[in-house]
Formats: sequence, C-alpha cells, structure tokens
Amino acid sequence: MISKAQRILFFSMLLVAVVMAAVLIRLREHAEDQLHAAPGPAPVSGPAAAPTTPVTLIIPNDADNSLTESERSLPLPQDDTARARILLETLLESFHDPKSTHPVGGAAAGKEGTAGSETGRNPDIEDVFLMPVPQASGQHEGGKMAVVDFSGSFAQSHPSGIEPETLTLLAVIGTLHANLPAITQVRFLVDGKQQDTLAGHADLTRVYLASETSAPEGR
Amino acid sequence: MRWTEAARRKCLNLSLLPPLLLGVGWSQQAQPPMPAPPAPPPPAVPSPPAANVAPRFLVVLDAAHGGNDTGARIADRLLEKDITLSLAMRLRSMLSAHGIGVVTTRDSDANPGPVVRAETANHAQAAACLLIHATATGSGVHLYTSSLAPTPLSRFMPWQTAQSAYIPQSLRLSSEIDSALAHAEIPVSLGRTFLQPMDSLACPTVAVEVAPLAGGATTKATPLTDTGYQRAILDAVTAALDEWRNDWRQQP
Repeated sequence: MISKAQRILFFSMLLVAVVMAAVLIRLREHAEDQLHAAPGPAPVSGPAAAPTTPVTLIIPNDADNSLTESERSLPLPQDDTARARILLETLLESFHDPKSTHPVGGAAAGKEGTAGSETGRNPDIEDVFLMPVPQASGQHEGGKMAVVDFSGSFAQSHPSGIEPETLTLLAVIGTLHANLPAITQVRFLVDGKQQDTLAGHADLTRVYLASETSAPEGR
Repeated sequence: MRWTEAARRKCLNLSLLPPLLLGVGWSQQAQPPMPAPPAPPPPAVPSPPAANVAPRFLVVLDAAHGGNDTGARIADRLLEKDITLSLAMRLRSMLSAHGIGVVTTRDSDANPGPVVRAETANHAQAAACLLIHATATGSGVHLYTSSLAPTPLSRFMPWQTAQSAYIPQSLRLSSEIDSALAHAEIPVSLGRTFLQPMDSLACPTVAVEVAPLAGGATTKATPLTDTGYQRAILDAVTAALDEWRNDWRQQP
C-alpha cells in the first residue's frame, strides 16, 4: 500500500521533470536560433590571389664564370623579409634544375620525404631576416643588412671551389640587392652559426657589401 | 711606390749589418796578439759575391689545403690538396730553372693554416704570391683577385685587409697571367673574391684555380689529371712570372 506522502512526492518530482524538460527544449531552440543568426565560419568566397610582381634573379653560369639577369614574375608578400626569403628560395631552387648552369646537389624543395615538402619551405634556406645596418655610433644608416642562413645540407652538397662558391654568394647578394635595393650588406650563416667558408673556399666570416660585389669577367 | 718601399726596407736591414761586423772586428782586435803559425797556402775558394742591395725577385707559392683539409674532390681518388701540392712543386722547379726564387707555404701534406701561410708570404716580401687551387667545376683556369677596395700603402696595414694596398698590382699580375694563358689557348675567366689568406697578403696576389678543360668548338675535353694540360698551364704561368719580373725590374 502506497502512502499518501509517497504519492505526493512522486507527482511533484514528475512535475519538476516535465518543467525541466520543457526549459531544456526551449534553451536548445534558443541556441539554435542564435547559431543560425551568427555569420558562419566557412569561407563564402575564394582567397584573392596575390598579384605577381616582376623580379630579377641573378643566375650564375659555371661554364664561363658569369652572372646573368633573369626576369620572372612571382606572387610576393608585402613584408620585405618574406619577400627576401621567397626570392632566395626561388633562386636556390633553380640550382637544382637538371638543366641548371650552376648545379648544386642536395635536396630540392618539394622533393618527397624532405622537410621542405611538408612545410612548403625550401630546405636549402633555414632562415632569412633583415636588420638595420649596425653603426659604431649606435645610429643606423638607411640601408639594411640581410642575414641569410643556409642549411647544413646545402653547404655540404655545394660544389667545392673558388668559382662555384663565389658565384653562389654573388648570385644571392645580387638577387637581394636587385629586388630590394635597401639591402646594402649581406651576412651568411650555416645552420644558424658562423662558418669559415661555404664549401672550403669563399669566406663567410665577413660582411659582404652589395657595392663590392661585381660580376666576374669570362672569356 | 710599393717597390721603393720594399727596397728601402731591405736597405735598412742591410744597414744594420756594418755596425755588427765592425763590433765583431773590434772584439777580435782587442784580443792579445798570438804568435802566428806559418800560414798554409789559401785554398782555391771562389771569392764571396759582391753585396747585392737590390731586392731579390721572389715568388710565393701557396698550395691550398693540406692535412685534414682535403679541399674539393676532383675525382674518386684525387683530392684538391694533392693536386695543388703537385702543381706547386712542379711550378717551383720550373721557376727555379728560370732563376726565380721561390718560397712555398707547404712542401708536404700539412695544413699550416691561413695565418701561418700569410706570415710566410709577408716575411718573404715577395714580388708575387700565387694561391694554387683546383676544382672540378667550370673550364680552364680561373684567376681571382681580392674583392677589397684599393687603399694607399701605409706604414701599418690591418691584418685582415693588407691586400687592399696591392690591388692594382694584383690586377696587373692577373692580367699578365691571363695573357700568357690566352697565348697557350687555355680558356681563362677573371673574377674577384674573398678568400683566406688572400686578404692578409702584403704582395701582388692572384688565386689560380685550375679546372678541367671542357670540350667545345676549339677545345677538347681534358681532365685535370692530364699531364700535358698541366704542363701547358705551368708553362704559361712561368712565362707570365718571367714577364712580371721584367716589369718589376723597371719599377722606380
């Protein structure tokens, strides 16, 4: 026999459960209304393609020890540091071309199984950054210094010799200065550290001035 | 200008000799007189050469690399350090045969390091310094001079940029070697570079980088190991230095 108190408790709890269900259903409907009212996170239009910019690459030629200008069009970002990196990645990628006049061994960007293919970055370059040209007095002149950090694999696979190493450095300096004239000095690192030479010859311990570098003469 | 400076230094060094010799003579005169034994007839020795105050024409040959620093790998069993030493030794013999004094920075498979190489060259006060390199890239002979901007010769030159005072002479020496190689129909390319120990050398300096001969319309592909090719290069360099000696003697 169920007591009267138990029946009252049962119906009270049933009533509370029904009311709570009604409240939850209403809250859910309210949240759904808000979700539909907010702008969706999905893209509604495709990304705008960056406009291509004409650039000048300085391409070395081992056969006659020369440097030639090559005009290309590349989509470049606004930031100078990012532009410098893309320029050098494009330049060094050209060295891996089978028909390159200045072939350099090692892993090229985009090859399967390389870090570069996973990150979309050229494995020949660890980093490129720009900084104001340091002055003894603490003030800065107008120009910028580019610090180019080659990867260790690029240095190890680079052909050894005065000519091939000098041509690589001149091509890098010339390409940077041709497209970013504010860069007046260039310094080179390998794996983030100063190294005596690139592959046994060209001196990497000094700062290179864009004004000092000139194309060699062949005959 | 550079030659008069070098000659002046030599003369100063020689000017220190007479007081020393006089001092030795004075100390000998101060000895008590000894009874003189019967003098034997003097041996037939050549008379000593007359004092020569003119600076001697010296060439420094720096065979690049050595020891653990192997340099470029030219072929499977041929390293740059070996071929540069071989070329330097052969060039030394050829220059000596032409009466040209030679100082080498290394005669064996050792790596003295750039500082010692530069010290050796600078102490020699040479009229020409050749840095001998080899590579498997390119064709013919690559002649490199320093990329430093020319500066006037001064009493004290910074170690890192001593070569800057010799840039005009280095370019003339490079042109001399270029002409001799062209006469031998060997392709040449000229360039400027930053290379150790070149920038620390206080003498007209050219880096001579020897590469294989690529086949072309007028040339036949020739490996770097070809003795005839090497001989042609060394002959041309010897002729250029012979010519450089004549130019050097005509300096004021």
